[in-house]
Amino acid sequence: MKVRRAKDFIIKLISTLVTLLIAVPLLWIIFDVVIKGASALSLEFITSLPAPFGETGGGIGNAIIGTLIINTMACIIGLPLGIATGIYLSEYSNGSRISALLRTAIDTLSGIPSIILGLFAFSIIVIRVGHYTALAAAFALSIIMIPVVSKATEEGMKTVSIDIREGAIALGLPKWIITTKIVLGIAKSSVITSSLLAFARISGETAPLLFTSLFSYYWPRGINEPMASLQVLIYNYAMSGFESWVVKAWGASLLLLLLVLSINILVRRFSTKVV
Amino acid sequence: MNYKSNSFFEKLFKSTLKIAALIVIGIFILLFYSLVERSIPSLSQNGLEILLGTSWDPNFEIFGGAPAILGTLFSSAIALVFALPISLCIAIFYTEYGPVRLRPFISGVMDLLAAIPSVIYGIWGLWTLSPILKINFQEPIIASIGFIPLFSGPAYGLSIFLASLILTIMITPIISSISIDIFSKTPMPLREGMFALGATKWEVIKNVVFPFAKRGVFAATILGLGRALGETMAVTMVIGNSYIWPFKSISLFSSASTITSKIASEFPESVVNIIHNSSLISLALVLLLISISINFVAEIISKKSAGRLNV
Repeated sequence: MKVRRAKDFIIKLISTLVTLLIAVPLLWIIFDVVIKGASALSLEFITSLPAPFGETGGGIGNAIIGTLIINTMACIIGLPLGIATGIYLSEYSNGSRISALLRTAIDTLSGIPSIILGLFAFSIIVIRVGHYTALAAAFALSIIMIPVVSKATEEGMKTVSIDIREGAIALGLPKWIITTKIVLGIAKSSVITSSLLAFARISGETAPLLFTSLFSYYWPRGINEPMASLQVLIYNYAMSGFESWVVKAWGASLLLLLLVLSINILVRRFSTKVV
Repeated sequence: MNYKSNSFFEKLFKSTLKIAALIVIGIFILLFYSLVERSIPSLSQNGLEILLGTSWDPNFEIFGGAPAILGTLFSSAIALVFALPISLCIAIFYTEYGPVRLRPFISGVMDLLAAIPSVIYGIWGLWTLSPILKINFQEPIIASIGFIPLFSGPAYGLSIFLASLILTIMITPIISSISIDIFSKTPMPLREGMFALGATKWEVIKNVVFPFAKRGVFAATILGLGRALGETMAVTMVIGNSYIWPFKSISLFSSASTITSKIASEFPESVVNIIHNSSLISLALVLLLISISINFVAEIISKKSAGRLNV
């Protein structure tokens, strides 16, 4: 009897300690980024271009704008495709061959390492165009968004009960109205939640940008040009080993962490069902 | 709105959806096609060397991928060995021992750990964790049991060990949150029956929860593995990107390469040499095949376990 109780107690102790332990890296990373990043922050830091090497001052304004531009373009490509395929799978699939193929495509795409999406965008866009371009980066990121949004849309729409659908059919509404106004209206929150989480997710993705948008030391001049981004800036500056650059990388990390974590916290706070 | 215009909009709506579906299918097919197409120059010149060769020298057009492939598999496997027991402990604490009040905090910690961008894990690993580990962990171990090849020196702060450690932190939230889900679905009557017989919580976990959750936890583990295999930035920043491991030194504290770190660090400069470029894409193809087959296995297993839940 004593042995059994003791075993139970030991397991309880170990699982408690391990659970407490896993909070350590989270708090450590957040405090570390906040402390080291805060020293870099200033108005100049977020509004000006990187200073030429060797000069002090300068900022990462172009990278902030670049990340926002690339993300916006990725949303323009990814969200409509994600939502439309989600609707298709939920309402119009009827077990057709296209829907089976689409489901395979979406399931597989969601498991593909993001660096491979970067190589893909490089192969079909950068090589054709002949130079690095932010468009290719947006394309690669949009492929990350599609499965996330599509699955959430499909699941959200499938939870709409048959009673509501039948009621709408009995009113004589055409199917596309029922789908867009009623079913999608009810599934709206899971579409919005997943879109926001997908946005947060691509904001942190770096590997797809390395061979597509690359980096730039200037303000964005057009979407078909190389473009700076916070993610690539953190990677380049952190790996450079120059102290003044590493400090800037921490500053950029702080901004990126604020963006990504605040979206995550807001979404989870305001949505009842987490995707 | 009359009937005709309705049927027009109906058709328009349906074909829009179909076009979206076809575009996504097209992207999916094109992805495979373009990677295979761009691997061909390397595969036709060097054949299986990309899988078996042990050295990599673009100047002499030697492209052996074995150290990178092994680095990917090994670092992910080590991460799993750490992450699985940790995740099980978290799931046990969450569902069995821990106070209900703590649950939102635990899932909050998991969600935030999963949300931190990998490049931030990278900068933290590179500039904060690596020096601390080197002085306080690697060097003492090398000094005491360094005669064992697996723990031999010199202590590179940036090492396959550090990469595995960071991967552990990154995949633990994935495995533990799925495990928590599955543990909470254990049928109440079974658990209550065990408790009524006087079983301790641990006995209930061991004899009811574990057997019930086995498959699901396995699927979760494989999902975590898939994430670890494909992780790029954090690994590239902390693994040191050398080709020493495992053929010149098998020490855990040696710097190494993975498929992803090789691609991330060499791809831009490889554009001038078609075989170099193509060899990196062949490595990506190897990674793609590994991660797809792993996800496929996970899916089959989780579907079977979902079937079981309905019983």
